[in-house]
Amino acid sequence: MSYSVQRTNVLRAITYGALALFVAAMIMNLFYVGPERTQGEVQRVFYIHLGSFLGAFLAFGATVVAGIAYLRTRNTKWDTLGVAGVEIGLGFSTITILTGMAWARPIWNTWWTWDPRLTSIAIMWLAYAAYMMLRAGIEDPERRRRFAAVYGIIAFASLLYTVIIIRLRPDTIHPVVAGPTQADPEGSFEVSGRIRDTLFFNLFTFAVITVVLVWHRVRLQNLLDRTERRKMEVLEEL
Amino acid sequence: MSASAEHTQSEAQVQAAASPRRRAMTPYLRTVGAIVWKDLRAEIRSRELINSMILFTLMTVLVFSLALELDADARQNIVAGVLWVTIVFAGILGLGRSLASEKDRGSLDALLLAPIARSALFFGKMIGNLLFVLVIAFVLLLLLTVLFNVTLFKPYLVLMVLLGSIGFTTVGTLLSSMTVHARARETLLPILLLPVVLPILISAVRASTGILDEMPSEDWMPWVQLLAIADVIFLVASYALFDFVVEE
Repeated sequence: MSYSVQRTNVLRAITYGALALFVAAMIMNLFYVGPERTQGEVQRVFYIHLGSFLGAFLAFGATVVAGIAYLRTRNTKWDTLGVAGVEIGLGFSTITILTGMAWARPIWNTWWTWDPRLTSIAIMWLAYAAYMMLRAGIEDPERRRRFAAVYGIIAFASLLYTVIIIRLRPDTIHPVVAGPTQADPEGSFEVSGRIRDTLFFNLFTFAVITVVLVWHRVRLQNLLDRTERRKMEVLEEL
Repeated sequence: MSASAEHTQSEAQVQAAASPRRRAMTPYLRTVGAIVWKDLRAEIRSRELINSMILFTLMTVLVFSLALELDADARQNIVAGVLWVTIVFAGILGLGRSLASEKDRGSLDALLLAPIARSALFFGKMIGNLLFVLVIAFVLLLLLTVLFNVTLFKPYLVLMVLLGSIGFTTVGTLLSSMTVHARARETLLPILLLPVVLPILISAVRASTGILDEMPSEDWMPWVQLLAIADVIFLVASYALFDFVVEE
């Protein structure tokens, strides 16, 4: 299995595009948007925080869809998408956690607190790290794909439920960007024009980066599988 | 063997004659019962699992008492946490062995070859595991009542233990039937299981604390309901997914 030149060119083009978007987003975060009124300069990390969370959300979502699709069709390409989603999602959620901690130290005066939202993302990170451990522990490839799909589905169901029941407690101190809060039950999204522009630009950028990274990871996995098959063929010839 | 087969057959005929609706149900339930009974008999004869689980429970409670050095007030607050953490860790010991011993003896293949519904195998294994966990939970309730001087035998708390154990063993049985094929299965099972059983653990601890502190029931009743919902979700999901796990 080899890739058409056309597809490779498309991927190369959007990779450079994503890189350009990222540079532009960083310039916007640091220069275009002014410091936030109450939080000051540290608030600039927020754009990356939310962007990387969106990336993690998209990537983990791809894994669940891929898991269901694999169990239905048994096409290995779905499993490849699943593992790509988990790896990219783990990377992005690590960035979300680290940027959140960097922001929380000056604002909350602590690196970490067991707030519902922080607890949710910590559990999510652990569950998907466990997914990687499961993959590493099963040797038979067909069985590994099946078990990974099953675990991806049940872990997702459990995570969703955990997130819901954790948030039944209304006493979160985590800022709510959009949607209802205790202070403002109607829910609103009122920020200055520049902050809104920067935020949406970052979200778009991170969505594109996620797609690019998942695509690259899928190709890498295909390459690995091909190498593995070639190795087997050579060994058989010997 | 042939006498018992004949007996079951005639019994089935009698029941089929009695009510046509039970005809489809009963062989399935009998299969589940046979698997549970097989596990129980093996355990009663060898006692390898239940002894180590009970000893482990004793030691965990001892370690908690020594490590936390609790006074009376602190004990009251923390006893629900100690209860559930110990149930989960002792339960993992049992879950790990349940299918691993089948695989090591080669009897797992025989079970899978048997002309029975795969879900009957799942429920048989799950009920067997549940019984072991309930024995542990009973010992633990007794032990904590004596050592922590907190009365744990309250009807709602016993219900909580039952609901929590059902959810925990359901996911545990599903995941242990996967980890049994892994290289480092003893370490892999807790890593896979703990993030997934968190909704059960959270609601069980919250409800148990509420019950023990004698708070009004509207404070902790939602947690009982959430736990029951989690049990249903896990039962349905495990029932649907178990076929994929054991399909070879």
